[in-house]
Amino acid sequence: MILSRNWLNEFVPNVSAADLSDKEFSDALTISGSKVETVTDLSAEFKNVVVGRIVELTRHPNSDHMWICQIDVGDEVTHICTGAWNVHVGDLIPVAKHNSLLPGGVKITKGKLRGEKSNGMLCSLKELALDERDFPYAVIKAAAILNNYHPIDPAKPSISPDIKAGDKIFGSVLAGEVLSVTTVGYRAYELSVSLGETTVTLSTDCSNIHEGDLLAVNTAANTVCTLADLHAEQKEFPNCIEDGIFILNEDDVKPGDDIRPIIGADDHIVEFEITPNRPDCLSVIGLAREASVTFHQPLNLHTPEVKGTDGTSIIDDLDVEIEDPELCPRYTARMVKNVKIAPSPKWMRERLRASGVRPINNIVDITNYVMLEYGQPMHAFDFSCVEGGKLVIRRAREGEVIQTLDGTDRKLTTNMLCICDVNKPVCVAGVMGGANSEILGDTAAVVFESANFNGVSVRRTATALGMRTEASGRYEKGLDPMNTYLGVQRACELVELLGCGEVVDGILDVIAADQNPTTLPLEPDKINRLLGTEIDRETMVDILERLGFTLEGDTILVPSWRSDVEHYSDIAEEVARFYGYNNLPTTLMRGDTTRGGLSDKQKAEKKVSETCQAMGYSEIMTYSFISPSYYDKIRLPQESALRNSIRILNPLGEDTSIMRTTAIPSMLETMVRNYNHGNKAVRLFELARIYLPQEGAVLANEKQQVILGAYGNNASFFQLKGCVDALLKQFQIQVEYRATRTNATFHPGRCAELLLNGNVIGVLGEIHPLTIRNYDVDGAFYVAQLDFNSILEAKGGVTVYKPLPRFPAVSRDIAVVCDKDIPVGALRASIEKGAKGLVQEIELFDIYTGAPIPAGKKSVAFSLKLRHDDRTLTDAEADEDIQAVLAQLREDFGAVLR
Amino acid sequence: MKQKLEAIRQEALNAINNADVSSELEALRVRYLGKKGELKAVLNQMGKLSAEERPAMGQLANEVKAAVNDALAAQAKRLEEAALNKRLENETLDVTIPGEPVELGHKHPISIVLDEVKDIFIGMGFTVAEGPEIELAEYNFTRLNTEEGHPGREWTDTFYITPGDKDPKNDAVLLRSQTSPMQVRVMEAQKPPIRIVAPGRVYRKDEADATHSPMFHQIEGMVVDKNVTMADLKGTLNEVIKSLYGEESVTRFRPHHFPFTEPSCEVDVQCFACKGKGCSVCKGEGWIEVLGAGMIHPKVLKGCNIDTDVYSGWAFGMGVERLAMMRFGINNLKLCFENDVRFLEQF
Repeated sequence: MILSRNWLNEFVPNVSAADLSDKEFSDALTISGSKVETVTDLSAEFKNVVVGRIVELTRHPNSDHMWICQIDVGDEVTHICTGAWNVHVGDLIPVAKHNSLLPGGVKITKGKLRGEKSNGMLCSLKELALDERDFPYAVIKAAAILNNYHPIDPAKPSISPDIKAGDKIFGSVLAGEVLSVTTVGYRAYELSVSLGETTVTLSTDCSNIHEGDLLAVNTAANTVCTLADLHAEQKEFPNCIEDGIFILNEDDVKPGDDIRPIIGADDHIVEFEITPNRPDCLSVIGLAREASVTFHQPLNLHTPEVKGTDGTSIIDDLDVEIEDPELCPRYTARMVKNVKIAPSPKWMRERLRASGVRPINNIVDITNYVMLEYGQPMHAFDFSCVEGGKLVIRRAREGEVIQTLDGTDRKLTTNMLCICDVNKPVCVAGVMGGANSEILGDTAAVVFESANFNGVSVRRTATALGMRTEASGRYEKGLDPMNTYLGVQRACELVELLGCGEVVDGILDVIAADQNPTTLPLEPDKINRLLGTEIDRETMVDILERLGFTLEGDTILVPSWRSDVEHYSDIAEEVARFYGYNNLPTTLMRGDTTRGGLSDKQKAEKKVSETCQAMGYSEIMTYSFISPSYYDKIRLPQESALRNSIRILNPLGEDTSIMRTTAIPSMLETMVRNYNHGNKAVRLFELARIYLPQEGAVLANEKQQVILGAYGNNASFFQLKGCVDALLKQFQIQVEYRATRTNATFHPGRCAELLLNGNVIGVLGEIHPLTIRNYDVDGAFYVAQLDFNSILEAKGGVTVYKPLPRFPAVSRDIAVVCDKDIPVGALRASIEKGAKGLVQEIELFDIYTGAPIPAGKKSVAFSLKLRHDDRTLTDAEADEDIQAVLAQLREDFGAVLR
Repeated sequence: MKQKLEAIRQEALNAINNADVSSELEALRVRYLGKKGELKAVLNQMGKLSAEERPAMGQLANEVKAAVNDALAAQAKRLEEAALNKRLENETLDVTIPGEPVELGHKHPISIVLDEVKDIFIGMGFTVAEGPEIELAEYNFTRLNTEEGHPGREWTDTFYITPGDKDPKNDAVLLRSQTSPMQVRVMEAQKPPIRIVAPGRVYRKDEADATHSPMFHQIEGMVVDKNVTMADLKGTLNEVIKSLYGEESVTRFRPHHFPFTEPSCEVDVQCFACKGKGCSVCKGEGWIEVLGAGMIHPKVLKGCNIDTDVYSGWAFGMGVERLAMMRFGINNLKLCFENDVRFLEQF
């Protein structure tokens, strides 16, 4: 909501920019609940721009298109050059003096233009950040000045360069030389023109004509020709443009006056962020009420008064039927006859403009003015377009189409509420009017609609049609049905004030259901208990009454515009807002102390994260939703249960349309992105949530996976396996690794399943070359994926200390030769099996193939540590155990000591 | 004899002070003080002296012996020091050569901030609650006083999994758009006193750009107990903000609107860059909004069977990404989910 502080002054005294700085004003309102987003001091855009009067005008000696003006700027007469042709002696114009500032940060200083000094600049509307809609009277009309003629083809000019007064141009159009120009009114000139033999007197509203100019004169009509009259293009008369200096036509304006109040640039514009529960504040009056309570000032509201006309009543001409009262709780309308469409007055245009609304014409401006002032959207439409003398408020019929005011054809659906005559929709309720009933220059009778529509319905219609308007933005918050009457009355009052029509007696007002005001008990103790305050009843009552609440004893009557107030807590907020949130005491929590902390699961999550980081893995965060195609990219079999993902009905796009059932695609995407960004080596992890559909349940089974990924810098299967082991060791978990060739994501020879008590709890391996090719890269990528929930279930409890060995260990290295394809894990198991209880540690230290080991064989070397808890081992005891180990290896795998 | 002893002393001290290896010292000790040493040789002739001369000579001889011994010890110590100094010299390193790299992993900036907030609340006796991200409309909206027709429920704003059938306003399944459903879930499962924070992922239908993401994180907090007041809310959140933004932080509480709290507020912290004057960091406002909060709406409490005549509560929520971006000066939210190691390694 954009608020003009000048407008606010009409309702609340002592809060003007002179009383309160913009900062004081906006800080106080922000603290009381109307948050100020921005404040713009329009006057700060201008400096040293004043009214000037042209006292002398001469042609520039060194230019064919410039003028030198002597200008009275109040305290002096100054010398300014201009390229504009629409100025005349006596004109009042805006002058940017030496060292002046114009909107957009434009600085004007004195200088020389083609050798002539110029002490500033005369301003156009545009240079003042205005346009013709702000000052409709300042439209410039240009005559075709023949001296400015530039033929499109210099070889074939339509007008001879030697043309002189009296020469024929075509038909009755002759060339004429201006002997004198007399300004007879605003944009009204009397010319004395020589047609060679004769001299004629002409009246014109073209403002670019000066003594000595050669014109095209239509001698039959006695008029001066414009470019259009000559069927000429603009480029043929480059300086005869409908643009130029803004000639002021204001009362009580004299040279030297500050330009700002004249053009409404003395205002301060405040933009508020209004929360959706307070649509009443989307209006000047609503904000005025807040300001009056905030600043302890009276609120001066006025009741609109309409004189009306005797005789006819709207009831005679128009009938209203509401077919769907739920979507239209109230419809109020009045009619205006003998409408005179014209620009609205300057004060109204200024207020509209300050509020961010463009002036259009008096009737349309009135609807916008009332919407801004009362927060009640209004619609005005041409009565002559209503067929059958009846308005029907109904849902659109299947296939109905309406062309809205913006010229677009809109296909309507049966969910959309429309204002219709007996045959067709004339308006999309609360959103936009139809082109078929638009207010145009020839409109004679206007219906002002002031209605209340269902907010949700308006919002959905506006969204479906893709046009959110000022009106729909207000309606969608849910407006006060009691406001429609005031709105229509105010509109009609303004019609009479502006003299733009005759208000017909009678008001059409259809109310679906009477609304009783909400009542609440005033419970000061309860409010104080909630706020932690000791505010007395009188203070509460005072705040509420100034906000428009009424008290009958201990009963609060909530005003109709405050539908957000339903509970004691809402009353508490009203009291707190104006008591001041920042004046509420601050206390620390009381009551029973509670024990804070992390759950076992949260501690385990923390441990996973810390361990991974300690091992050099950095945490990533990836989207929970992925593309279905990601399953293809990781070569997940078509029949895999993991393809059964939870699907989003309205995703942003296919790429984020399903909830992941595995974190592998997210990790691969991230690694490949890093790879493509030229990062040579990465180690990444995520404790990632996955979402598995549950048979017979509405919600998902949301589990977590620990996923690790690595490439570059000696990343390898075993490097990652070491990290996985270290991570699991943190949880006192040891898993068994089982080679698997069937996981298509991974290299069939470099992939292991992690087994814990016979259950697969994860997978580890190098990504299959065909998988990684699906990402358009090439290289060795390693991924481990562990089921976090299984880790959580299996994790050990509190560590129990084991005594340190009291006796030294004996080390023995053995190297055995066996078939090449026997896994080290199996040899190790065999060693454990063969040992007679003394082998405490088994460490692999070498695997060797090649001469002198026979082909098809390998040598595997282990370092064994043997120890007895109660005594020092003898060599003989150790040897006995080693022999048993070797015997077992021989028996199991035919492995022999090398 | 006296001259001889003096000569020995002179000669021995010279030789000792000029010795430059410890083995040489040992040889000198033997030569002068040994059983067959020079001093012994002189002393052997003591018998030839008169009884009057003998004590004086004896004393002198002892003096010489002591002097030689002292000189030997002093020189030995000097030599040892020299040898050590030489060794240390030889072992001197160029300490400016880089250390052997240790590759530690890095915590994601969003986790850093989340953990920080959690820790603050844990210290105040809060526990951490977790719940489903795929949630029922009932918990995400209806029971949070966000009835049908609220714009947040629209398909343009929230991701839906199923539209619901029997009672769509409650049994539709969606991706939670806020962590607030945890308020209801916790109040259902737990009796007051309740003090929880609920961090987690939330989802809204926003295209990813520099300040938006369809998935982001919030942290929610809630206290329900007897006699809980808005003054408590202010006091607690002031402490939290001081922990997060520094002891000197100045806060401002401003009325706001949330469907599930009443009274509601937003909390601003005075811009730390300009101290409230207005600058580019705070977009000229002098204040930076950091969280939303309020007294839990009586409808929400009643919906969880909590007697509003006995109990009251307050709740707050904040966006974690915003906090992380502010804390670390991250200017593009996309960076947080692209996970480029060059980004991650900075934290």
